[in-house]
Amino acid sequence: MAAIHLVINNIPHEVEVSPDTPLLWVLRDKLNLTGTKYGCGMGLCGSCTVHLDGEAVRSCQTAISSVGTKKITTIEGLSADNTHPVQQAWIAEQVPQCGYCQPGQIMSAAALLAKTPKPTDDEIETAMVGNLCRCGMYQRIKLAIHRASMNAGKGV
Amino acid sequence: MPITRRKFVARSAVAGAGLLIGVRFSAPLLRAQEDAKGPKKPAPNPFDAWIHVKPDGKISLIVAKSEMGQGIRTGLAMILAEEAAVDMNSVSVEQAETRPDIYPHLGTGGSGSTMENYMPLRRAGATVRGLMITAAAARWNVPSAECVARKGTVLHGKSSRKASYGELADAAAKLPLPDQEKVKLKDEEDFELIGHAFPRVDIPAKVNGSAQFGIDVRVPDILFAVVARCATFGGKPAYFDAAKAKAVAGVHDVFEIPALGRDMFTAGGIVVVADSTWAAMKGRDALQITWDNGPAVSESSESLREALRAGSSKPGKRIRNDGDVDKPLPDGARRVEAVYEFPFLSHACMEPMNITVHAREGEAEVWAPTQSPDWVQGTVAKILDLKPPKVVVHTTLMGGGFGRRYMADYPAEAAQIAKVVGKPVQLVWSREDDMTHDFYRPAACHQLRGAVDRDGHPLVWSHSLASTSIGAYWDPPEKSEPENSEVGGAKQMPYAIPNMRLEYNAVPSSVPPLWWRSVEHSFNGFVVESFIDELAAAAKKDPVQFRKALLVKPANWKPKDDDDPDPARLRGVLELAAQKVGWGTPLAKGKGRGIATYHSFGSYIAEAAEVTVKGGSFKIDRIVAAIDCGQIVNPESVRAQAESAIIYGLSAALKNEITIKNGAVEQTNFDGYDPIRINEAPRIEVHLVNSKEDPGGMGEPALPPAAPAVANAIFAASGQRLRRLPFQLKTA
Repeated sequence: MAAIHLVINNIPHEVEVSPDTPLLWVLRDKLNLTGTKYGCGMGLCGSCTVHLDGEAVRSCQTAISSVGTKKITTIEGLSADNTHPVQQAWIAEQVPQCGYCQPGQIMSAAALLAKTPKPTDDEIETAMVGNLCRCGMYQRIKLAIHRASMNAGKGV
Repeated sequence: MPITRRKFVARSAVAGAGLLIGVRFSAPLLRAQEDAKGPKKPAPNPFDAWIHVKPDGKISLIVAKSEMGQGIRTGLAMILAEEAAVDMNSVSVEQAETRPDIYPHLGTGGSGSTMENYMPLRRAGATVRGLMITAAAARWNVPSAECVARKGTVLHGKSSRKASYGELADAAAKLPLPDQEKVKLKDEEDFELIGHAFPRVDIPAKVNGSAQFGIDVRVPDILFAVVARCATFGGKPAYFDAAKAKAVAGVHDVFEIPALGRDMFTAGGIVVVADSTWAAMKGRDALQITWDNGPAVSESSESLREALRAGSSKPGKRIRNDGDVDKPLPDGARRVEAVYEFPFLSHACMEPMNITVHAREGEAEVWAPTQSPDWVQGTVAKILDLKPPKVVVHTTLMGGGFGRRYMADYPAEAAQIAKVVGKPVQLVWSREDDMTHDFYRPAACHQLRGAVDRDGHPLVWSHSLASTSIGAYWDPPEKSEPENSEVGGAKQMPYAIPNMRLEYNAVPSSVPPLWWRSVEHSFNGFVVESFIDELAAAAKKDPVQFRKALLVKPANWKPKDDDDPDPARLRGVLELAAQKVGWGTPLAKGKGRGIATYHSFGSYIAEAAEVTVKGGSFKIDRIVAAIDCGQIVNPESVRAQAESAIIYGLSAALKNEITIKNGAVEQTNFDGYDPIRINEAPRIEVHLVNSKEDPGGMGEPALPPAAPAVANAIFAASGQRLRRLPFQLKTA
């Protein structure tokens, strides 16, 4: 056990956990930030995707000791009022069905668009291939990313 | 006073509390599923849902339907709002309490939620509208016929008076209820909501992390538990040492729970309870366990494949027998024989199984992501030795269900654990637990024998099916009808062929079977729509024209049962899919088109696929779906469910299988059982038929035609018939 300092969604936190604990379980079980989902525990499904200094990472494969001073953004921090262009596009395209994988999908998509504002279909596939959706909403995810890409340009 | 079933809309009102109306649903499919888990006592109250018009004008529909992504809360609200003449934003759908005494049908499955509820909710909505108009007319002393209801308000045009439903609710509650047969429903032409796309009400919370699934339940003092189960089905711990597990920081307790038998079918094992999921998992890794694997250890996919082949090679229980399939064939007839093989499949819901139980003195509270909250309640009550009403079950959102979350195994384990722990405890199944201790889509072997005459007319269709049986596993042996949940769709083979036989043999296995999205239609759809394509090829006829000629609807046609498809509707969607895919237009070399048309869960869906075959691999370029699901409530949900079921079916066609070695599942996570990903998902186009037939289901029926459409397209492109799933092409 060790005291670890974290900045999550711009709020500082201190947690007492063993240093090998994955960020996923610190978020979910210690801080009640349950928007970030457990899906596989092996970095295979992308449900646990969060941002570390803007980079999409699998929080189930990120030991808490490796976070250091990097800023963590979770789905709750993207925007609570659904105003982020990716959230808006997800609603417009009616992407979620069960919705369980969607926090991870949205975080992957937001990281992609931050780096590549106008992604091609191939770039979308490369960025999103690690995010499984068992409801199979991939066509809508693609449409939503293109929509968010257009709207972000308009300052929406 | 008992309320008769004939009065499906009745009422109970409390002065000053607004208007309350009970609704009774018809639920044939749901009942069929519930019957599979044993006899059910009739409920003393006949209502399945309540409609509450509150004095503030808001309307609650309190209904026992679980939301697992199918959009049911939106669809049901639309039906009610349409007939009640209110805005969608004044209707909220609330999850009913788990009170089988109040809500007799608490299950969600069988693609049944819209088909069961459509007419009852329309009538109930029309009853609300009628009562409001009557109450307003009485208040103003004008004829009812001069009043209209719109957007939650009754208007009297001549005097320009208006009153909101909220103002009228208490007066309406005192009125006698109209006879359900005389309630005037809206003309379908006047629908403003039903049949028009409406955004799903559950989506906003699903894009910001606030939607709470079962695994997200957090209550004060919560602990987390995982269970170490024997990998081999039926195996038990022979010895365990908990010392190292207990030394893991955060671990509170380690103990054994026994396996539970029929109706629950849990594996039993060693429980680790900790203050976080991660600590519980680490504790489990540190356990030292010696397993007694038991007799299932001799089972393997190879041994099962042999048994299934043998089972489909011998005479079985005769399910259908038209004409004489053994009669000698005329000169020039061509025979066709084919063997189709299917593996076990895992549901692999994105949210692994989990449940939270708090056992207290004389009562318990449960937070359950479940398709069957009443079964959860009964199971937890039994294990905690409580009366069911003492167990409060909160049904949460589900990260996928697909049939898996009908089961009471994980609730039973959690109750066993909660009994020991005393504090609220969340049982979490790791992905590995979920994949290796699922209940699986049965494995099957189908042997088909057919013949066409010299002119290409089909003469014979003989189908011998062997599978591991859901019925044989779940039903008490004296009641077992092993063909139930195995022969649907094969029995109703819709093509007019004079000599037709279907026989069934159940093959025993230690691998627990269950309903998997579309159940037996997942394999019977593939077999029927592949073999009819093989007969078309033997007849040297176009696959669409060949099917059309055999989808004959006699003038006096009547369905033999609820599952008997209307040949004209099957043909209708076949023609629409063919037209939309451009059937018959030229394609580049290496490309091919295939088609399949199929009926299940009350809906008719044809799918056409375009593929490109190159060497030993192929790519699906496009799937075109034509859907006749009767009256559509929310086209947005119909499209989404179709896209979803197609991808789910194609995951099984292209990639997924559960294999068995030493009586255990070999695939443990998404590396070994990898569903379709975004780069593999084909473009899907959905075309909807404007139908006025009764609504059919949409959760499942788009799944069965997807795989055969692709297999038939691969045949068209390459000449290779794919008869074993998942597909493996021969290299060129």
